[in-house]
Amino acid sequence: MTVTAVRKNPEALSMTITAEFSAPPERVWQLWEDPRQLERWWGPPTYPATVTSHDLRPGGRVEYHMTGPEGDQPRGYWEIVEADAPRSLVFRDGFANDDGTPNTDLPMFTARVKIEEIGDGRTRMSIESVFPSAQAMEQVLAMGMEEGITSAVAQIDAILVADPVPAR
Amino acid sequence: MHTAADIDRVIGALADATRRDIVRRAIAGHEGVAELAGHYPMSFAAVQKHVAVLERAHLVTKQQIGRRKVVRTHVEGLRAVRRLLDQYEDLWRGRIDRMTELVTHPKEKDA
Repeated sequence: MTVTAVRKNPEALSMTITAEFSAPPERVWQLWEDPRQLERWWGPPTYPATVTSHDLRPGGRVEYHMTGPEGDQPRGYWEIVEADAPRSLVFRDGFANDDGTPNTDLPMFTARVKIEEIGDGRTRMSIESVFPSAQAMEQVLAMGMEEGITSAVAQIDAILVADPVPAR
Repeated sequence: MHTAADIDRVIGALADATRRDIVRRAIAGHEGVAELAGHYPMSFAAVQKHVAVLERAHLVTKQQIGRRKVVRTHVEGLRAVRRLLDQYEDLWRGRIDRMTELVTHPKEKDA
């Protein structure tokens, strides 16, 4: 299992998930920095993501849509608050209208990503998500991004066997 | 009672340390407002007010036991918030599974 800790705080409406990877921080950072890699993990298999714009600098934006089984395409975007490769990334995640403009009816939430080396070529990544309200959480979950109960988890042990060097 | 607005009320109710403590104590369901008030350096009226906030959030109920009225925690209210966070956890676990796959098998799924 790569997820090492999940800390939920119902009172503060936040969740922090911590995971470890058998790869250096630079490699883990690529998952966020390279739009082609980002779109391979952001959406679940039933809602693959397509990243149409990607600027990870502070003040920059990442724009994406997801494509659902019925052809529905919910759109979203990130506003980058902080970016310090390969160590940290803070962004606000929001929903967009069909024309790409921000949908202000739906909530934004803040994600804080921390990436640190823990020795042996391993890296710990933590992601803290803070929701503005419980209603915000419900909407996020209703946007077609839910996954069924974690069937994919069983595959992880096999995946962990390999430990290739970073692609670049 | 589990609409998002209800859950927001729960969150607001739990944002206060005294109210959280009342919720914990009231799980046992033995004490009335007067007895609860004895635990805190504040007036009976202040504690009564906290209990009222918790009641509106469906986090506690008052129950008549014989001639006494006790305050009892309504655990289901707490669970609703928890469930939302559980769903969110599943979402991120899925993402991290896919990240792991990318980091460890970068070539496999490339077109």
